[in-house]
Amino acid sequence: MVPEFRANSGETFSALHSYARFLTGPTDIGVKLRDSPGFPMQRSRNTSGTEASVKFKTFAMFVGPSVFLMLLFIAFPLVTVLVNSFQVTQPIFTTQEVETCTPGFLQQTCVTEVKTIPVLDDDGNTVTRTEWVGFRSYANVLGGERAIAALSGLDFGALLQIDFWKALRFTLTFTLITLPLVLIVGLAIAVVVNNASRAVKGPVIFVSLLPFIITPVIGALSIRWLFYGDGIVTVWLEALWNTDLSVAANGWAIEFLMMFYRVWHVAPFAFVIFYAGLQTVNQDTLESAVIDGASRWERLRYVVIPHLMPLIVFITLIHLMDAYRAFEEVIGFSSESHRITLQYLTYDYLTPDDAGNRAVSSASASAMLTMIGVVILLAAPLRRTWRDHRGG
Amino acid sequence: MLMKKLALAGAVAMLGTTSAMACAFQNEVEVKSLSAGFEAWKAVTDAMSECGNVSAELDQEFRTKQPAAFAANPSLYALGGVSNGTVTPLLNEGTIRPLDDLVEAYGQNLSPNQLIRIDGQIMAIAMMVNTQHMMYRTDIFEELGLEVPTTYDEVLTAAAAIQEAGVVEYPLGATMKSGWNLAQDFNNMFVGFGGDFYNDDSTPAVNSEAGVKALEMMKALTEYMDPEYLVSDSTYVQQQFQQGKIAMANLWASRGGAMNDEAESSVVGKVGSAAAPLAMAGGVPATTLWWDGIVVAKNIDDATAEAAFRVAMEGLDSEMVQGANDTAIWLVEGYQPSDMAQGAIATATAQPAPPSYPSTSQMGLMHTALGNELPSFFTGDRTATEALAAVEEAYSSAAKEAGLLQ
Repeated sequence: MVPEFRANSGETFSALHSYARFLTGPTDIGVKLRDSPGFPMQRSRNTSGTEASVKFKTFAMFVGPSVFLMLLFIAFPLVTVLVNSFQVTQPIFTTQEVETCTPGFLQQTCVTEVKTIPVLDDDGNTVTRTEWVGFRSYANVLGGERAIAALSGLDFGALLQIDFWKALRFTLTFTLITLPLVLIVGLAIAVVVNNASRAVKGPVIFVSLLPFIITPVIGALSIRWLFYGDGIVTVWLEALWNTDLSVAANGWAIEFLMMFYRVWHVAPFAFVIFYAGLQTVNQDTLESAVIDGASRWERLRYVVIPHLMPLIVFITLIHLMDAYRAFEEVIGFSSESHRITLQYLTYDYLTPDDAGNRAVSSASASAMLTMIGVVILLAAPLRRTWRDHRGG
Repeated sequence: MLMKKLALAGAVAMLGTTSAMACAFQNEVEVKSLSAGFEAWKAVTDAMSECGNVSAELDQEFRTKQPAAFAANPSLYALGGVSNGTVTPLLNEGTIRPLDDLVEAYGQNLSPNQLIRIDGQIMAIAMMVNTQHMMYRTDIFEELGLEVPTTYDEVLTAAAAIQEAGVVEYPLGATMKSGWNLAQDFNNMFVGFGGDFYNDDSTPAVNSEAGVKALEMMKALTEYMDPEYLVSDSTYVQQQFQQGKIAMANLWASRGGAMNDEAESSVVGKVGSAAAPLAMAGGVPATTLWWDGIVVAKNIDDATAEAAFRVAMEGLDSEMVQGANDTAIWLVEGYQPSDMAQGAIATATAQPAPPSYPSTSQMGLMHTALGNELPSFFTGDRTATEALAAVEEAYSSAAKEAGLLQ
């Protein structure tokens, strides 16, 4: 249920509504993946060979609607975004002298100035022109000449000043650091709960799942309030070390909080999956391991973890996709001045300013680049899944 | 989110009160309005609903909704609440109508000052002015024997004295949250140093002496602020005041009322207001003037437009002002300026007067570029000139995509 859950929570920001739709691509891949061969229960069903007997026509009738919906809601928007990223649509402007009178407190001030205003046609609509610009919007997003200069001079400081690279740096660090933490914390909770006595199991599972149930933005805000300004935790820490702390003034502190929030929020998901997996561990193997004198750690290392491997790959896939399109952390922690993510960059391009300008072409280019990034990140775990599938 | 919920609750509550109470006529045509959600709008839309058949939507996201909603045919709203910043796309796309006829027929109570004229045509009716000006703790200034600062150099001196005395946590507060707020704070200071944002050919001009001076002054001021100033928006500064944590800030006039709100503030009666300080001698106060007002959609029939305008006039009458005198610096007849309003009035009537915030397409792009690129100067990643060069670069590439630059 994860991916759908997240997409919905994104929509609670109505301002982000169109944006959430803008990039539903990876979400839906996530949904699809649950049915992919990587999931052990599905695999056993697939190998039973029943699909061979299904007639093509029946197969098409079952699959048709979902293929149609996928084309409509995934392929078509993706193609539109791709086309938009190579096009720029802009109004035709003209300059003209305009006299504007605005109120002072007692009397008006009138100024006459040359203003640049869009041309309107006879029906009162803005006249626009659309042109193909090739990779110009991509070059824009990537930083153009500044990026080339920084790259050729190997000046990473200068490179990280450019929004895209700054966002890429943070997004990658964020994704790759939270991934092992989510897996370890999730597995640890699962093992602990699995060994807990029956009486406390229910309440423990409920409490562990709470962070996952909370709407992402609310979760981020509640952690923010613990630390920002004179938050409770900050006050404790200040009393403990007798210093004055300003969490929100430090990039690294914000970065740490954002990662902490993500692990706190996602670990329960890993926990649920691992806990389910733990129920299917072969008890005979475990018992023979005990007889062979395997310690608790050895049993975990050589019996349980290999058994859970397909689930680990599954969680890795989901987490890589989810973390790479991190967004709510930036809003929740107001980290724009210190840390931004690639998704935030797309959102920023797409948000109209007060004068109504929005950079749709750059936003599309940025979205495409994000997607390419996700595909590259997923290549390794997906290959593994594919190999397992063929091997099985 | 919260604001939106409050706004929605407000809108629903208003739907209930459709009975005519203090309205001069019974409105029979359905009128919808979309505006920002702050106190003054609540007062105005409440007064409008007394005429009946009015549904008012107060939404902090109005600026992103309005251009598209007014471009629809028929327009989704008859009335819009705008400021000089947000009226630009409506004017550019021609989705609001000239109001000359309606003003002649129903606008007897309007003063000439309220009529926003573009090339002689009345395009909007202003109801209030807003500006950022000096607010300070009168008790602290009195106790320490300080003069109210009139320039930013004096602000620094006063801040140093307050820091020394240790009476508050931080001497200064500022609306410097990265993004729109920080950019606006820069705009104020930049205007104070006599800067121009862009040239006649739309090319950027912020990387100038005025730009560097503005950034340096802002940086000097941050020495006396809560180090978390990059997340500090108007509400944050207002709360810092209310909780007695700061002694001075250049804050929006529309926040003045909150200082004396018994329910929230621990400094009732202790906050005074004065004109926005000058950045340089002989210059304008380092701030910009804003107005808020109403516009009428173009894509609606004349009968609806007439009803909408009449309802709006009921919303902007002196009866409304009497009920909400301290929520804004009203331009409406019958307004009695309170003590908190003195700062805004002193700012607006200063000679030379601060400029009105420029409502142009270029300014929209410039504001965004400033908000995105300036934070790196304050985090220490860039020097002032580097940051301003980055602003110009971001502006230029956005202006090319928008079609303003070739």
